[in-house]
Amino acid sequence: MPQATVYAATITGVEARSVEVQADVSSGLPGFSIVGLADTAVQEARDRVRSAVRAAGFEFPNARVLVNLAPAPLRKHGTGFDLPIALAILTATRQIPTRLTESAAAVGELALDGSIRPVAGALAHALAASRSGYDLIGPSGALGPAQSVDGLTCRCLNSLQDLRQGSLNDAPKHAAPRSEINAPDLSEVAGHEGAKRVLEIAAAGGHNLLMIGPPGSGKTLLARRLPGIMPPLDKSERLDSALVHSVAGLDETTVLDGVRPFRAPHHTCSIAGLAGGGSPPRPGEMSLAHNGVLFLDELPEFSPSALQTLRQPMEDGALTLVRAEGRVRYPARFTLVAAMNPCPCGFLGDPERPCKCAEGNVRRYAARIGGPLMDRMDLVVRVDRIDPDLLLGAPPGEATSGVRERVLRTREFARLRGGLSAALSGAPLLNVCRLTPTTARLFSETARSHHLSGRAVTRILRVARTLADMNQSPEVLAEHLAEAVGYRGWDNE
Amino acid sequence: MDKQETGRRGEDAAAAYLERTGMTIVDRNWRCPSGEVDIVFLDGQTVVLCEVKTRTTDAKGTPEEAVTPQKQRRIGRIARSYLAEAGLEPCPVRFDVVSIRVLAEDRALLRHHRAAFTLDG
Repeated sequence: MPQATVYAATITGVEARSVEVQADVSSGLPGFSIVGLADTAVQEARDRVRSAVRAAGFEFPNARVLVNLAPAPLRKHGTGFDLPIALAILTATRQIPTRLTESAAAVGELALDGSIRPVAGALAHALAASRSGYDLIGPSGALGPAQSVDGLTCRCLNSLQDLRQGSLNDAPKHAAPRSEINAPDLSEVAGHEGAKRVLEIAAAGGHNLLMIGPPGSGKTLLARRLPGIMPPLDKSERLDSALVHSVAGLDETTVLDGVRPFRAPHHTCSIAGLAGGGSPPRPGEMSLAHNGVLFLDELPEFSPSALQTLRQPMEDGALTLVRAEGRVRYPARFTLVAAMNPCPCGFLGDPERPCKCAEGNVRRYAARIGGPLMDRMDLVVRVDRIDPDLLLGAPPGEATSGVRERVLRTREFARLRGGLSAALSGAPLLNVCRLTPTTARLFSETARSHHLSGRAVTRILRVARTLADMNQSPEVLAEHLAEAVGYRGWDNE
Repeated sequence: MDKQETGRRGEDAAAAYLERTGMTIVDRNWRCPSGEVDIVFLDGQTVVLCEVKTRTTDAKGTPEEAVTPQKQRRIGRIARSYLAEAGLEPCPVRFDVVSIRVLAEDRALLRHHRAAFTLDG
């Protein structure tokens, strides 16, 4: 019976789901059909496979060729099915031995000359293959990142012509991760000592940060230096973040080297661009910033509806897109860093230049962000223009490496004490804060007089816990709470 | 020479050519409710359904281009009827196209496209 099966996978969210590619070659009216909920790109595989198989010196059967993608109810998309379909047909017609594709999953797009191109999501395919206990067959371009998956054997295939030698080579090993992270240094920013402390708090505790200041005062400069002072990604974080980059078709190598992602979408970014979407769905900027920094410059210029999509992931660390063809879940645990001018002209509150905005415009400008989002900003800091003398004559500030050392120490202290507070709330959060009765009473009075919401109280406690960790203090003291309350811009207005 | 006459002479020329290259013609202008197939011949064990297109001018495109996807699907339906009626299924089948471009009263260019199309989808 001229039939063969090769394994493949299709990407849903950041996960590759295993798919069986079954080929049946039988006599009858010559034709080539693909069944099993295949999208346009998969249907187009027919023409690419036919040409590539012939170009590689094999024969495309002049017979009825039926390819079935199982399980049938799962939607299959992408050009990565080209290679498994070609392998299944070549195996079914006995043009290549069964052992070449035995217990292996394949992924790759075919060019008309038989060469094989990498596709987006190679890392997801590698994880799926490793989960099912298969080897992975693909072009060397796709196998580099795939080798960061433990215990996976990769078989390298760069063109269908290579099949004629009857065996596949193991892929060359991925180069060792680079140890030094090449990012802009904090010492290049003069002045702004208050803002730098707030950056350090954000890095140490994973808190959200809003910088308010006139144009050109250094908000972007500061934001770009935040990933550098955060601890490098650990092994599982690397894989999670790289996975999102991989399925989005972006280069994942810097993330695999441990560099935290820094995403700075323009303020014209759409909801789908920020949250993810499209058909098939692709991850958005929030997910690409997973385990890193999402920087939104000119926050009030973003469309209000796009900004509201930030709220779910800021609470859950993930977001779910529900579409007609099903639901997908993307990870999105990011540190939000936002920047805005205090008013449309930018000079409200500036000690020297007067603000020219009408009062109503200032209110409307700030109102575009909305209370619920503002409530999630743990640290609000003013970034003012700095003195030209300081800019031109100042000695270099503290370097990124020194601040990162302190951040690492703070995180280590937090870990020994029982873990980061950023994910805690309710009783567990109160437990790790270890407030004395006097401090607790003081705080509840402050909360009442500031009309703080339950969420605001929780968020202040988390920041205060981080401040205490920075001082290596097992208890959260009144001074920590006072500083944390001071960073709540919204409630202080 | 009218269009029917051109077509008929083209089919004759194609049949003569195929016989000369060792094919066995089994049917000419086989009709069924789905339509007509110009030539059916045997290439070894393979049953070949052959469409012949003759053109005197390239004004409306080459003869090959006239075998559109709709026409291919129609030939596919005719093939099913033919195989069923001849009791031949299952056997290897092929679809060929012979294109003839008439250059002068006694000269023409003939091209034989083997496996010109398949029934995809």
